[in-house]
Amino acid sequence: MLEVVHEQIIRGREVVADDWRVLRLEENETPEGVVVPEGKVIVPLSVWLAQKETLSQRAELGVWIAADERFEALKGDADRFAVIAVDFPKFSDGRGYSIAFNVRKRLGYTGELRAIGDVLRDQLFSMSRVGFNAYATRKDRSIHDALKGLTVFSETYQASVDQPLPLFRRKERDVPLEHSDVGAGI
Amino acid sequence: MYRYDQYDHLIVRERIAQYRDQVARRLNDELTEEEFLPLRLQNGLYMQRHAYMLRIAVPYGLLSTAQMRMFAHIARKYDRGYGHFTTRQNIQFNWIELEQTPDILTDLASVEMHAIQTSGNCIRNITTDEFAGVAADEIMDPRPFAEILRQWSTFHPEFIALPRKFKVAINGAVEDRAAIAIHDIGLTLVKNEDGEVGFRFMAGGGMGRTPIIGSVIREFLPWQHLLTYTEAVMRVYNSYGRRDNKYKARIKILLKALGVEEFSRLVEEEWQDLKDGPETLSREEYDRVAAYFEAPAYATLDDSNPLLAHPDNKAFGNWLNRNVKPHKVPGYASVVLSLKKTGVPPGDATAEQIDFVADLADKFSFGELRVTHEQNLVLADVKQSDLFEVWTLAKSKGLATPNIGLLTDIISCPGGDFCSLANAKSIPIAAAIAERFDNLDFQHDIGDIELNISGCINACGHHHVGSIGVLGVDKDGSEWYQVSIGGAQGKDAAIGKIIGPSFSGGQMPEVIDRLLQVYVQNRFEGERFVETAQRLGIAPFKEHVYATPISKGELVGEDHA
Repeated sequence: MLEVVHEQIIRGREVVADDWRVLRLEENETPEGVVVPEGKVIVPLSVWLAQKETLSQRAELGVWIAADERFEALKGDADRFAVIAVDFPKFSDGRGYSIAFNVRKRLGYTGELRAIGDVLRDQLFSMSRVGFNAYATRKDRSIHDALKGLTVFSETYQASVDQPLPLFRRKERDVPLEHSDVGAGI
Repeated sequence: MYRYDQYDHLIVRERIAQYRDQVARRLNDELTEEEFLPLRLQNGLYMQRHAYMLRIAVPYGLLSTAQMRMFAHIARKYDRGYGHFTTRQNIQFNWIELEQTPDILTDLASVEMHAIQTSGNCIRNITTDEFAGVAADEIMDPRPFAEILRQWSTFHPEFIALPRKFKVAINGAVEDRAAIAIHDIGLTLVKNEDGEVGFRFMAGGGMGRTPIIGSVIREFLPWQHLLTYTEAVMRVYNSYGRRDNKYKARIKILLKALGVEEFSRLVEEEWQDLKDGPETLSREEYDRVAAYFEAPAYATLDDSNPLLAHPDNKAFGNWLNRNVKPHKVPGYASVVLSLKKTGVPPGDATAEQIDFVADLADKFSFGELRVTHEQNLVLADVKQSDLFEVWTLAKSKGLATPNIGLLTDIISCPGGDFCSLANAKSIPIAAAIAERFDNLDFQHDIGDIELNISGCINACGHHHVGSIGVLGVDKDGSEWYQVSIGGAQGKDAAIGKIIGPSFSGGQMPEVIDRLLQVYVQNRFEGERFVETAQRLGIAPFKEHVYATPISKGELVGEDHA
């Protein structure tokens, strides 16, 4: 089934028009048998793997990874996609964060990484940190409200994709007391 | 203790703004309750039986007196005049209005506190030894590492929606007072043959309906790799942990399913890309954080106070024996203030007591306090010469019951009186048992014993690792209690074994009495209850407990359908 065009997504920190469509398999469809329509389509990882030969001919193609699939399946291929999307079957399912991190860090993918599925405003800040740079937010909510979710924190402790250095390597942080030989045990 | 710098203040301030906005959106229905749930949980706000409960983070159980007084303020202004200290070394308030929670967070921020990640499917409060930094048997102070982990795990972008909650404990002493074996990650500070500091890294321990003792996944991890290795463990768990069944979603189930070897292999593989990367801890960062935990300005004293060697006051002597712990600095001791006075729910403290304990800490213990996972409070740095005065003062407020480690030092969750998860009440059971065995001479004769009560399988009362564990169960709409013996926390952690069919609440004091009879008749000289139970197995206990009918007994507040 072709998901209806989102029309608008958040890309970077802006709401923009979007004409990509997401292909999701119906129960009676198989990755091998499904006919991928023309145009800008984001296909399931399983369809990409099954129809790699023909799909490789396309100029513009996207692929999406389900929460229970492994990013490694795209090894060597990641850079050929205009969009890699990661699906969140439920907003409380956090597997997609680790997938995104690894798509960026271990596959070295630098293109558009889009969160699809149950994507809500309060997840966007974390998503932006692990490497997402596009968000197809849930259609029953205002996408302009969702935009606010990207600017919740102006500082973070730990490193991730957006910020490769942890706070302790980026900033001179106060030392509270007259420094003595406190670290002697190490 | 750790003090916020500009970055900690900024992050907490931005968190309050975010949360205030989330509450506002919930109140005007922009957020459904389902969507709000994980957001409020990650801020420690539960919907309980009667009202909201707010759990406030006390990182690794360490508090300043200003922070303690803020609890009294919150108890008075937003609650019903008391708070409840928990086995997670936190405090929770049971009668909170949703609308007021952002204001409570603002009040908390004024004393460098928050409620971040005290619940929800994320990395929870890091816990440790309540005597960290002062224990006579300490190898190394775990608190700087606990603080480093606290910062690293705060709003970690990748681990905010894990399969389930995730708990980490660190121990730096010979004895394990942090119960590391029953944590998702349990760390022990060790030194290798070359004298280098590192962690013995355990994972996959936990209680709940499938209690499992953690496994060592790495014998020695140099301290510099603490964050990168933990990240690798978390990523493996986040990627492979089960999400189809909430009861099988903890890391312990994954570790069992994969086997320790395969789990460790996945972690090592994940770690290869992180190892020596930017999150590798530097000596500078360790020193910076450790500086906050520098020892206070101790006086030069010795341990020769004659009053302590031969106390002529028996009550004071009992208290010295049970509630006063050795200290690494001569002339000092650590004092445990018991929150287990008979008639009071374990871990509860009134606003007046909270203020009073803050006063004690200011006067006698450098203005610092600790919360124990047994739900008591600690004054860590008391001059031995002040002990008599501390005892006299603590006694006047009901905080000097000399029962630490004894039968009435019961760990208990809030149970069915408060918790909406509970199948049965806990507090009335604890009260009935405490009342039955109020006799201190008897308790001292029984000696060290851990009686732990949980109102449901979630095991907040740590019943699996009690010498005697009591678990509330629901049978056909009635509250019943299953009893296990032989559980232990610490270095020789063990899961207790169930002795047989469950009992009514009113029968519990008699059941405990019969278990103790078997112990008293069979113990070797100096043998603790748990050792006798483990040596004999459950058979003789079972036989005696079930030999003759147990009268139903009376239990105030018991609610049989």
